[in-house]
Amino acid sequence: MKVTVDEARCCGAGQCVLIAPEVFDQREEDGVVVLLDPEPGADLHAAVREAAAVCPAAAIGLSGQG
Amino acid sequence: MTVNEQILDYPIPSDSALEPPPEWAELRGACPVASVRLPSGDRATLLTRYADVKQVLADPRFTRLLNAPDAARLSAEGGGVFNSEMAQIVPDGGEGHQHWRRLVGRWFTAKRMSALRPAMTEIAERLVDDMVERGAPGDLRADLGFPLPVYVICDMLGVPAADRDRFAYWSDTLLNLTRYGKAETDAAQAEFVDYMSGHVAAKRAAPGEDLLSELIAVGGPEGGGLSDVQIMVTGMGLLVAGHETTANMIGKMVSMLLADRSRWERLLAEPSLVRTAVEESLRLDANAGFGLPRYLSEEIEVSGTVLPRGTTVICSMAAANRDESAFAAAAEMDLGRSPNPHLAFGSGAHSCLGQALARTELQVVLEVLLRRLPSLELAVPVEELERVEGLAVGGLRAVPVRW
Repeated sequence: MKVTVDEARCCGAGQCVLIAPEVFDQREEDGVVVLLDPEPGADLHAAVREAAAVCPAAAIGLSGQG
Repeated sequence: MTVNEQILDYPIPSDSALEPPPEWAELRGACPVASVRLPSGDRATLLTRYADVKQVLADPRFTRLLNAPDAARLSAEGGGVFNSEMAQIVPDGGEGHQHWRRLVGRWFTAKRMSALRPAMTEIAERLVDDMVERGAPGDLRADLGFPLPVYVICDMLGVPAADRDRFAYWSDTLLNLTRYGKAETDAAQAEFVDYMSGHVAAKRAAPGEDLLSELIAVGGPEGGGLSDVQIMVTGMGLLVAGHETTANMIGKMVSMLLADRSRWERLLAEPSLVRTAVEESLRLDANAGFGLPRYLSEEIEVSGTVLPRGTTVICSMAAANRDESAFAAAAEMDLGRSPNPHLAFGSGAHSCLGQALARTELQVVLEVLLRRLPSLELAVPVEELERVEGLAVGGLRAVPVRW
């Protein structure tokens, strides 16, 4: 699984950080998403998929297997 | 007569405190773009399907400029939070809005909210202790739901929680679309503006470690910050938004979970479901209030219907959240539902700024209640719970509980 984030779209809702803190963080100065791990391990795939599905700005992209 | 042959009055009246009006399903199925009459008598267009509501909320052509001359007035007196000119002081869209959002958004990150969690838990436990000491039955709305979010947002803004009765009144005049006359609303807003101007001036003179002090410290618009009036309106907006919304949701969430006590039992057995249970409560909130109004800056097609420029659209997120085409077994409360991309906080660039705060508060309340009062139950039959009328954000008058 490959993860991408779109900083311009991000609205700082923080759902991704609450659901998958191993993969996502937010910049302290403005709350915009920071991608910590663009190729997370299989144990995190379910959480990453959930984070992408509930992102209110549709700012998380997923590609590849898993 | 069916819903597509008449003009519905909006908000649609509902007899039940926790169940949706039957019209929602009918509208989603047969009339997804419906003509409605608002309390003011003005007409608007109501959207109830998930895909339509989600698309419209994220489309910048559906603006929040509800003070346009041909926009529908929501309340009979033309006042209320959505038609307020105050709403125009913070930029509605584009880079200006994003700039504002990011200046303020740093205060609402998931990490900041996690850091606030221990303090929130302490407040919630103290409020539960007080309720228990007074003895059953308690009112979960007055004893816990209202005070907790108020203490938290007052602390973030650096305003004294002792003034909370005044905030509650000012907030109510802005959010209640039917209870107050124009003169009363105007007077309350003027008092609120005076109060917050004074507060911003005091923070400028003696900064604290709070959101408003830090917004001031960034500097004015020339320094990449906000003007004084923008800071004041931001403070007012956050105080109102951080107040009634979560406060009401706490009472509604606990009521939903206790209405069928097997839900409560399941959470006692599996406390790890608290996070998804909170999301499911938000999704199933049948008493969410008015929904979000939008004003069309140009002609747009929605679900095959052309909406002319100047149309006022009402997005019913609560109806959309029960759309069977978006959620399997949409009418059922599934405490482990995942993913749960409900629209309770809106969608897109304007989705709720304080959603991480609201989520954290709801999770903390639920955790504390499950731990401290596992025997909690409603002290009245669910049919006796009553809605607060006229609020932009729906709530229950009281949530009587025993333990």
